[in-house]
Amino acid sequence: MYLYDSYDQAMVDARVEEFRDQAQRRLEGRITEEQFRPLRLMNGLYLQLHAYMLRVAIPYGTLNSRQMHMLADIADKYDRGYGHFTTRQNIQYNWIKLEETADLLADLASVEMHAIQTSGNCIRNISSDHFAGAAADELIDPRPYAELLRQWSSFHPEFSFLPRKFKIAVIASDTDRAAMRLHDIGIQIVKNDDGELGAVFYVGGGMGRTPMIAPLIREFVPLDQLVTYSEACLRVYNRYGRRDNKYKARIKILVHELGKEEYTRQVEEEFQNLLDQGVEPPLAELERLRPYFADPEFTDGPKSVDRSDPEFALWAARNTHRHKHDSYVSAVISLKPVAGIPGDASSEQMHLMADLAKEYSFDEMRVMHTQNIVLPHVKIADLHALWTRLEAAGLGAPNLDTIEDIIACPGLDYCSLANARSIPLAQRLSQRFAEKGRTEELGELKLKISGCINACGHHHAGHIGILGVDKKGTENYQLLLGGSEAEDTSMGKITGRGFDEDGVIDAVEKVTDIYLDKREDGERFLDTYRRIGMDPFKEALYD
Amino acid sequence: MTDQSQNQSDMQDWGISPDQVQFRFRDDEIADVPAVTVDSCCDQTNATAVRIEPGDDARELLPFLDRLQLVEVNFPAYTDGRGYSAARVLREAGYTGELRAVGDVLVDQIGFMRRCGFDAFAPDKPINEDDARTAFARWPEVYQKTTDGRVPIWNLRHE
Repeated sequence: MYLYDSYDQAMVDARVEEFRDQAQRRLEGRITEEQFRPLRLMNGLYLQLHAYMLRVAIPYGTLNSRQMHMLADIADKYDRGYGHFTTRQNIQYNWIKLEETADLLADLASVEMHAIQTSGNCIRNISSDHFAGAAADELIDPRPYAELLRQWSSFHPEFSFLPRKFKIAVIASDTDRAAMRLHDIGIQIVKNDDGELGAVFYVGGGMGRTPMIAPLIREFVPLDQLVTYSEACLRVYNRYGRRDNKYKARIKILVHELGKEEYTRQVEEEFQNLLDQGVEPPLAELERLRPYFADPEFTDGPKSVDRSDPEFALWAARNTHRHKHDSYVSAVISLKPVAGIPGDASSEQMHLMADLAKEYSFDEMRVMHTQNIVLPHVKIADLHALWTRLEAAGLGAPNLDTIEDIIACPGLDYCSLANARSIPLAQRLSQRFAEKGRTEELGELKLKISGCINACGHHHAGHIGILGVDKKGTENYQLLLGGSEAEDTSMGKITGRGFDEDGVIDAVEKVTDIYLDKREDGERFLDTYRRIGMDPFKEALYD
Repeated sequence: MTDQSQNQSDMQDWGISPDQVQFRFRDDEIADVPAVTVDSCCDQTNATAVRIEPGDDARELLPFLDRLQLVEVNFPAYTDGRGYSAARVLREAGYTGELRAVGDVLVDQIGFMRRCGFDAFAPDKPINEDDARTAFARWPEVYQKTTDGRVPIWNLRHE
């Protein structure tokens, strides 16, 4: 994985000092909360319902054991012994004191981490495929390109006060595990007919209150123009994105209102201007970055493992992903224990995951946008030993991509924007299906819960989505069916009138009953829904 | 780092009245002419100073850059970042006159503004001089290439 050189370290250290200054000025009353707000936001510090929340960047979700140990130490030292892994492949702490934040950032900087641009109207943490560098189906590791864009977007002088936040994802396989087309810019690294690598650009996707799937803007951007083209996309947005209404300020609205042809025309024009400016890094920089992401030294070993223990067999079948080396797999540590808080990990669990990564996965971990942790390179021969230790620590839930693997936003328990609670609902739903023993029978079923229309829980993209709303002062939940954030991206449709908390849990069970009744061979919930449509589900829910 | 230390010694204090320039990184005479709107500037062949508002298209000024001595870019609210693009568009097109940030210009933005090509600052509320000095010198190096002459980190790595 990438390691800072002295330049990167100096930049992060400078940021810590800058924040120390800013926090000091705020604490002394020399700047107002209004003036401080965007500054703390650009350092990932939100004022939530009960305390400050700090979001720490984990670039493209990759981290090593030293960093994970530090995240655990920070949970103990500055929080209440927990951290919360997020859908942006980051980690959040929910109980942070302003007075201590600069020290926390300094601790992060000591392990090459930061909270830069994890919030605010700027370019956010770059996300990527959590199986990057390991998946059997990828063209090339997308992370060197993500790292190049991370550096380019850090402290960008022109794009730090955009109309709204800006999220970029980079992938390099046809299977989309990063919800790429639901980003402001989605980039897929591809090879053209001449065998040259380049980037496909999709611009203007997003969830939130106006979900949109990003249209294709450019089929092939040569790698030595990647930054220049990104800069052109951003400049058109910075100049012409709407600033009159924060709910219409994302780039998806600009692309939608201009039309993708006109937006593309303006980007191409700006791109021509920028080509003369020499803003592109030298190709040598990409060459410098690539070796950091080179394969570790894989060794041949057994290609299969004794699966006579049924519990282990289930976990191994559910929670591993095919690796490009046939003696290895990527193993997923589920942070979705039955009735647990999705994405939460205690400091002890973080320390353990760090130790296991060091022992079994070349010192590397990934945070998934589904709020789980990946050990990307595990020897098949080591799987049972790994599982045994995960089980003992309550980290062995065999439920990847099942109805228990719920994405949920923090909701009304923490978030000042929320209309309804998400976490208790997720807890009750996973409990309901686990108790009925239905989980495995239902197979792949992505359930996603947001506590408000801002859609941090990706409800639009869930095979089953739940949106919490406020209905005359009480929490109410709308149900959506048919969303997908994979390469077959689609937006879920609302079934009809909403439900109370008990009602929506029953409703989810009813739609899964319909699926089990109607499914044909090999169909996932999503496939059956797409074949039979909304009506049979509606009838079961409302008649 | 190229000319930052020199910038600091060149930094002149132009007083603290609201409509006056507080920081300036130029040696030439300060322009003492009223700025006109972008529309007027395009109509009047003799205007030498213009003020860009956030909604204006800075590219409309490109045919007249030779006669312009001063371009003011107004930031009615510091959160509106359109002025950063306006500044870079002008500098990229070769404008060498004074580029002055006016309005809601705060200490935490002046470093970014400097990188986008601003060389004069007339904040509505004067900025603490020490804070400003620290802010202008904040970044030891930079990641991006702009027209400010600083060599990006990714070029330094491959020198």
